[in-house]
Amino acid sequence: MSVSAPEIPAKTTSRFKWDLKTIGPLAALALLVLLGITLNENFLTYNNITNVLARSSFIGIIAIGATFVITAGGLDLSVGSMAAVIAGVMIMVMNWLIPVFGIGWGVILAGMAAGVLLGGVAGVGNGIMITRGRIEAFIVTLGTMGIFRSLVTFLADGGTLSLNFQVADVYRPVYYNGFLGVPYPILVFALVAIAGEVVMRRTAFGRHCAAIGSNEQVARYSSINVDNVRLITYILQGVLVAVAVLLYVPRLGSASSTTGVLWELEAIAAVIIGGTTLKGGYGRVWGTVAGVIILGLIGNILNLQSFISPYLNGAFQGVIIILAVLLQRPKRAS
Amino acid sequence: MADVQDTGVAPILSAHRISKSFGEIPVLFSIDFDIRPGEVHAIIGENGAGKSTLIKILSGIEQPTSGSIHYDGRSVVLPPDGKAEAMGIVLIHQELNLAEHLTVADSIFLGRELRQGPFLKVGEMRRRAAEIMETLHVHVDPDARISSLSVADKQMVEIAKAISRDARVLIMDEPTAVLSVGETQTLFEQIRRLTARGVSVVFISHKLDEIMELADRVTVLRDGQLIATVSTEALTPDSIAQMMVGRELSNLYPPKHEPDVDEPVLLSVRNLATKSVSDISFDLRKGEILGFAGLIGSGRTAVAEAIVGLTHRTAGEIQLNGQVVNFTRVAQSVEAGLAYMTKDRKGKGLLLNMGLRPNLTLLTLQKHMRAGFLDTASEERALERATRRFDIRARDASVAVGRLSGGNQQKLMLGKTMESEPDIIIMDEPTRGIDVGTKQQIYHIIAALAAEGKAVIVISSELQEVIGLSHRVVVMRSGRIAGVLEGAEITEEEIMRYAAGIKQSGHDERISA
Ligand SMILES: Nc1ncnc2c1ncn2[C@@H]1O[C@H](COP(=O)(O)OP(=O)(O)OP(=O)(O)O)[C@@H](O)[C@H]1O
Ligand SMILES: [Mg+2]
Repeated sequence: MSVSAPEIPAKTTSRFKWDLKTIGPLAALALLVLLGITLNENFLTYNNITNVLARSSFIGIIAIGATFVITAGGLDLSVGSMAAVIAGVMIMVMNWLIPVFGIGWGVILAGMAAGVLLGGVAGVGNGIMITRGRIEAFIVTLGTMGIFRSLVTFLADGGTLSLNFQVADVYRPVYYNGFLGVPYPILVFALVAIAGEVVMRRTAFGRHCAAIGSNEQVARYSSINVDNVRLITYILQGVLVAVAVLLYVPRLGSASSTTGVLWELEAIAAVIIGGTTLKGGYGRVWGTVAGVIILGLIGNILNLQSFISPYLNGAFQGVIIILAVLLQRPKRAS
Repeated sequence: MADVQDTGVAPILSAHRISKSFGEIPVLFSIDFDIRPGEVHAIIGENGAGKSTLIKILSGIEQPTSGSIHYDGRSVVLPPDGKAEAMGIVLIHQELNLAEHLTVADSIFLGRELRQGPFLKVGEMRRRAAEIMETLHVHVDPDARISSLSVADKQMVEIAKAISRDARVLIMDEPTAVLSVGETQTLFEQIRRLTARGVSVVFISHKLDEIMELADRVTVLRDGQLIATVSTEALTPDSIAQMMVGRELSNLYPPKHEPDVDEPVLLSVRNLATKSVSDISFDLRKGEILGFAGLIGSGRTAVAEAIVGLTHRTAGEIQLNGQVVNFTRVAQSVEAGLAYMTKDRKGKGLLLNMGLRPNLTLLTLQKHMRAGFLDTASEERALERATRRFDIRARDASVAVGRLSGGNQQKLMLGKTMESEPDIIIMDEPTRGIDVGTKQQIYHIIAALAAEGKAVIVISSELQEVIGLSHRVVVMRSGRIAGVLEGAEITEEEIMRYAAGIKQSGHDERISA
């Protein structure tokens, strides 16, 4: 339009900007690894690394679900209690069904199916109340968090639900064995992470989540079905909680009222450390993966050294969370 | 256009050889600018010329990369974050800057609440707020939440807030972009009252007639360069426009080609009613540009939103190509070839924290899918096309849309709407915040769309625009259609008569041309 046009028309530029925001979580991860190596020669052993990653994978899988929920401007505080209920119900279902299927994979598969179904239903419950009932996500999931927690206490009658030990023997390899030396939980975590990253980056659903979290009105005016997309994020979260539980149950073979306590906060922390904005609008799954591993490594490194009490684990995690947000906050004008 | 020479009046605020870059990107080049006591100094220029950036520097919101600022004869560094207000320099942003959850009274006194010891004088603040709003002839309750106000009322609250702070220099970035003629006049009255008291006003607008009416001097920026500062008497709207775009501007409006009388009716609305409008009936023919005029709040947007399914319709029937339709979601209307472009680009149109590409394709992601996955290369191509077609100028395509100049945001939103290749387009204030050169271009795009057989509804508060573009004009008043004008009847006086309720017609006999 204008005759002189020093303003260059919009043109394609590189998609990646290597600023602190992008490399922050990776840099922190690299620093922690270096720290671990210098502090203890056992840090970089196969056993230590697989152990840290396998333990992190439960929170990791849940946190990937939370990345979607938070990106779309929501929040799910109920995931920890939900994990406990799903674990409890899975164990009960498997114990019940032993007379029908006998000891073996049949019973385990039935239990897994029940777990995934329950996770999905719990997600639908949260999602429906939030989208159709128009109640704040914080309130709804604070409520269901309490409900799920007391439900598992009730089911366990205040004690512990234990899986039939013969079934537990069959099931155990799902946590402790692996493929080509990589434990199954780590494999599943990796698969979920890759799928999550692709969905977030390369599908309309991922784009819609970010749009809704960024500005719900704009999303509505842009013909996005806001309620449905939101609902799906909660269902996805529920199903991923169930997937995490499928890997968790064979580890201990039991569930009690203390199962999954504070998992919701760890998951949210991992998401935030990874660079997803808590108020929604921008999310990245690989960041969450880095966040989960960072949290796992802090505990691990504290256990491997002898200068600082490992009881300070929580304090270090807290500092990391605050630092992450500090580094990622938008630059102020000027 | 001789530069105004020193008249001996010492400027109250002046900028000397101000340059500004954002990162690597230069935006202003060595600008000299001064404001004298009691004058109205207008800044004009194309979208992205650097007007907003200049006044942000003059009010301390941004710091210049080089150059100096003098206030009251002394060289100063203005404090950031609006703290310059305490020094008497008050800025009203182009983007409304109100906390949505506060009440009108809270907003007006935000940051300098009236107190009695530790306690707020709530009643006093409410009363004073009501008084200020009264002088502005704005009828909003001081207890109303900002979120419940229309964009125009929000703008008036911003103005009330600025007026109530004893400003010595009041800087306004396109305050009239969202105001109707009446409100603009009230604002101008207030501005004249302030300047009579010695307050200086800096004023950005793309509406050249307003500049001619109000300003004592005009500064023209083009592409970050100072073109000239001249006194208004020496100017005509044409010469200003020419200085702005650097060439002569003729034929702002393209010639009108009325559609044939036997062209099919594409959209037919009968007795439509919603919470805020009632008894709306009109037809829209293929190739027609139908203007919607009326005061702000007369229900024009409500009609559009009800048609595309954004708001609930309580009665009435809508036919598209002779088929009764019943849209409950925007996706359905877009699917059927009917697109609506909102007037609220910040609140409803664009995702400000995202880049140009995701914004452009948000409405039409389905077009950019390959085997279930987004095809970013295809999105990228769409962005290139839209950038060319609508002359979207971003110095860096990866920049967040919120960082684009206001006019370029508007052009991006137009591009986004047109991505869905609609047969019927409803544009709500399509040239809000757009410079004259680009306006001309958008008018020609609208005319071209009609010429190729699309139908366009243009909702606009700029009478000139409605008159210059439309084949027929629907005038709304208080949620109803007051009259439908066509041909030679389409004049400013006639539209105002209907809009103000002086004239009223049984419009039923002329629903369609
Ligand atoms: N914070 C920022 N970061 C990067 N670029 C910016 C920033 N703010 C403004 N710009 C760029 O500076 C240029 C001038 O913008 P400015 O908002 O001053 O234009 P304007 O004259 O007010 O235009 P309009 O009439 O459209 O409002 C634009 O190219 C804009 O993209
Ligand atoms: Mg501007």
